[in-house]
Amino acid sequence: MSNEIELIKDPGLPEHKLRQSDVDPKAADRAERQVAILFGLSSLGTIVFIYSYLFIPVDRFIFIPLMGDQNLHQLLLGLGFAAALLFIGLGAVHWAKTLMPDHEVIAHRHELRSPDADREAFVKTAKDGASAAGLGRRSLIKRSLGLSLGLVGLSPILFLGDLGPTPGNALRTTSWKAGSRLVTDPGDRPIRPEDLEIGAVAQTLPELAPGKDHHSLNDIAKDAVLLIRLRPEEFNLDAERLSWTYQGIIAFSKICSHMGCAVALYEQTTKHLLCPCHQSTFDVTRAAKVIFGPSARPLPQLAITVDAEGFLIAQAPFNEPVGPSFWERSA
Amino acid sequence: MADMSQQAMRKAPVYNDEEVAALAAYIASLAPGPEIPTDEMLNYERDGSIAEGGELFRTNCAMCHNFAGQGGALTKGKYAPSVMGVKPVHIYEAMITGPQAMPVFSDKTITPEEKLSIIAWIKAAEKEPQLGGVALGRVGPVTEGLLVWTLGLGLLIGIAVWLTTKAK
Repeated sequence: MSNEIELIKDPGLPEHKLRQSDVDPKAADRAERQVAILFGLSSLGTIVFIYSYLFIPVDRFIFIPLMGDQNLHQLLLGLGFAAALLFIGLGAVHWAKTLMPDHEVIAHRHELRSPDADREAFVKTAKDGASAAGLGRRSLIKRSLGLSLGLVGLSPILFLGDLGPTPGNALRTTSWKAGSRLVTDPGDRPIRPEDLEIGAVAQTLPELAPGKDHHSLNDIAKDAVLLIRLRPEEFNLDAERLSWTYQGIIAFSKICSHMGCAVALYEQTTKHLLCPCHQSTFDVTRAAKVIFGPSARPLPQLAITVDAEGFLIAQAPFNEPVGPSFWERSA
Repeated sequence: MADMSQQAMRKAPVYNDEEVAALAAYIASLAPGPEIPTDEMLNYERDGSIAEGGELFRTNCAMCHNFAGQGGALTKGKYAPSVMGVKPVHIYEAMITGPQAMPVFSDKTITPEEKLSIIAWIKAAEKEPQLGGVALGRVGPVTEGLLVWTLGLGLLIGIAVWLTTKAK
């Protein structure tokens, strides 16, 4: 008895099976009709497209189950054009599969390396060309060409300069200054503490600098602040952070410390602030401590108080950069 | 709330209008609070501006209720309901009282006229035709992506399988 495992034999190619349309003329005729029907449906699609473009008013709506009220003009344009393209493809594939020649052909692979004679001929051509161009003899051309090619390489290096300028201090600063009034967004009206009931929120921005008539989007993206009023006894803050609140009103940057989305989903029942993008959850009673989600830091708190006229103002600018982390940010 | 879940659901009122009014009158007798707005106060078509309402909605409401007012998820099973098909008086009352997890939007930070603008925008959004085709709940890339990844890719896989099978 031999222990040798019997080698698996090359099974060879499977037997070629003729298609029904190869043997039965009736089946071939049926396949031809099917292909013609598919191409015909494509033509119909084009006709629907042209008809709806020319004759269906753009404001005609019809009710379609599951889809609701749909604009008939747009719907038929889309369906017509989709059918016009799709059925050409389906028809062509069906044609190729059922009627086009079905011979099996074996294409052998060959070695990738070129024959030696071809390789030698190529080297000879290159050398002949170089000597004909006189590169070895005319050194002025060789050197000036080398210089120009080298200089071309400098240009892309200069383009790197357009990656700047660096933002400088812009990531660390906002428009908030000591004494900036908090104004409503939108509306730009100053706010008094008594304007806010317990449980109320207000979206605010710093009052506009003199001479400006609107907040730029870049400014709003850094300055947006959410005001929330709680019962003062609900706070669980250290003495410094408590002194940044005013009669139960606390102010946080709305720009998420994770990726910069606007955090303003305030739940009055739980005193939690939720970021809609990645579900970072901040506890308002504990200075926006992160209690869930990917954010690494609490939301920056704006120290607020009131001015002589009784309007809410910032005691000081934010004491840390607002928004997401960046390389140069310390901690 | 009839059950102890996180969220009270929208449902048909159990009390009739008279009983609701009587309940409201009793509660109002206990302590001062916001009044039920009258029909005269709620003429949003006359006093509201749809464009201004859209700006206010995007700043103050869209983070919870979705940019098209379709509602959205909050934490731990709570959610902000859709504002489509809500009576103007109920939208107004919600803003001045802050039901469930919703905060209060004071009359000084969002004035009564601005509240009517928000209502006018919501009512305009309800009537907004679906020019872009199937709206898929108007909640953005979640449902659109789901449809493309299931129906769209499913169709493509089906065609690819058909392409590579031999005809009989």
